[in-house]
Amino acid sequence: MAGSNPNAKPMNLTLNVWRQPNRQAQGKIVEYHVKDISPDMSFLEMLDVLNEDLLHAGQDPVAFDHDCREGICGSCDLFINGRSHGPEKGTTTCQLHMRKFSDGDTITIEPWRATAFPVNKDLSVDRSAFDRIIQAGGYVSVNTGGAPDGNEIPIPKDISDRAFEAATCIGCGACVAACKNASAMLFVSAKVSQLALLPQGQVERKTRVENMVAQMDKEGFGACTNIGSCAAECPVGISLENIAILNREFLAAKAASNNLA
Amino acid sequence: MSWITKTLTSSIGRKIIMAATGLFLCTFLVVHLIGNLQLFKHDGGAAFNTYSHFMGTNPIIRTIEWGLVLGFGFHIYEAFALTRRNKAARGAQGYVSNHSEQNSEWTSRNMGILGTIILIFLLVHLYNFFWRARFAGDLPRMGGDNLETRDYDNLYMAVVSSFHHLWYVLLYVAAQISLGYHLWHGFRSGFQTLGLNHRKYTPLIKSVGYIFAVVVSAGFAAMPLYFYLFTNDQGELAANVPTFIHTVASAF
Repeated sequence: MAGSNPNAKPMNLTLNVWRQPNRQAQGKIVEYHVKDISPDMSFLEMLDVLNEDLLHAGQDPVAFDHDCREGICGSCDLFINGRSHGPEKGTTTCQLHMRKFSDGDTITIEPWRATAFPVNKDLSVDRSAFDRIIQAGGYVSVNTGGAPDGNEIPIPKDISDRAFEAATCIGCGACVAACKNASAMLFVSAKVSQLALLPQGQVERKTRVENMVAQMDKEGFGACTNIGSCAAECPVGISLENIAILNREFLAAKAASNNLA
Repeated sequence: MSWITKTLTSSIGRKIIMAATGLFLCTFLVVHLIGNLQLFKHDGGAAFNTYSHFMGTNPIIRTIEWGLVLGFGFHIYEAFALTRRNKAARGAQGYVSNHSEQNSEWTSRNMGILGTIILIFLLVHLYNFFWRARFAGDLPRMGGDNLETRDYDNLYMAVVSSFHHLWYVLLYVAAQISLGYHLWHGFRSGFQTLGLNHRKYTPLIKSVGYIFAVVVSAGFAAMPLYFYLFTNDQGELAANVPTFIHTVASAF
């Protein structure tokens, strides 16, 4: 199987893959061998080859999460050789290519680990805890009615750029997976600061941060100790500055909101 | 629970207590270090003993001391509370392969271990100097002709004799190395947790933190090393130390 690059030599790899039949069962690492892997394949395409082999051998294929395979949906979530989304910086697993590995390599592939992210099966992880945090406040309520004119609300370029930087978070959970404390604060802070920066987010500003942090704690995520693994592993480069903004927003909301409960 | 307890027991609330007490303890380190520099004064401990008598008896200092007790207490308590929460969050099943050294600093990931070493040191340190001076009352007196200072505790001699035990010197130096690494992460981390992150000031805070960590830990570690290596059991410079140490010590 040659790729589009005529000089690309196919690779043979050993894979140590986490296999776990269901949420309750004990899992374990199982060793597989894949042959003739093109360096131009993505990591997920390499796993597709493994699964084809397993199906042909009459075995259960490896379950893993994926959707767009373009690096924008945040579905893929593998912990590869001890790193979230593997060794390449600023890259999701689907955009990680096999040219980053060498012929004969052994690759260890594990699911995200966190109490709040239970393993569904093999490498597939339940990240609905993130959805519930968003439902707790990660939105802007809008009244229905006539569509507002574009540019009706003026936003300085500098502010919109910063809000957009925070908005690039795809919610993949690499931050939680990499964090020693399984903290979700980089994710939550990206959502909180994005909306806190924009005028549309002002109405629910205080209740949003209070409710999202409460939900984050309820889901069982840890507390940030400013280690910085999350930002280093984030495929879209969300910065630690957002966590400082989250802390400020939280303190300000707790001091000034009308919520006495 | 009221909104206050809810705030202070939330993940961010606990972090904020951690950061605020940590930075408060940094101010204590500055005062403690500057005061202790008088150990190097070449006067047989007169200045140091007068200073420690003042610190032990002045009502304002004694009041602030309670703040220090609370600062240490909350810093240690929150460390245990947060570590428990974070270990539970990480879960029982760990990674088979985890290369966190590729995405973060060792000190940042091991604040608990460093803090525990400092805590063990702190207990020994408090027993040996603070307990004996304040409660046990078994320290020798200064003596001498000065009527005002003759009944002061001679804490200086207690320090000098302690720093002639090798195990004690080793414990102190190990604790100061731990403290240095603890501050290396802790100083900048405290500001970040309090929400003080700004592109203008954060680089400055980081640099100041690194310098602070090195200066404070090296300053404290210099004391046991100085007495162990260069002085006799009366705190006087030994005859065989290099002349430049003599010159520096005599300059005080």
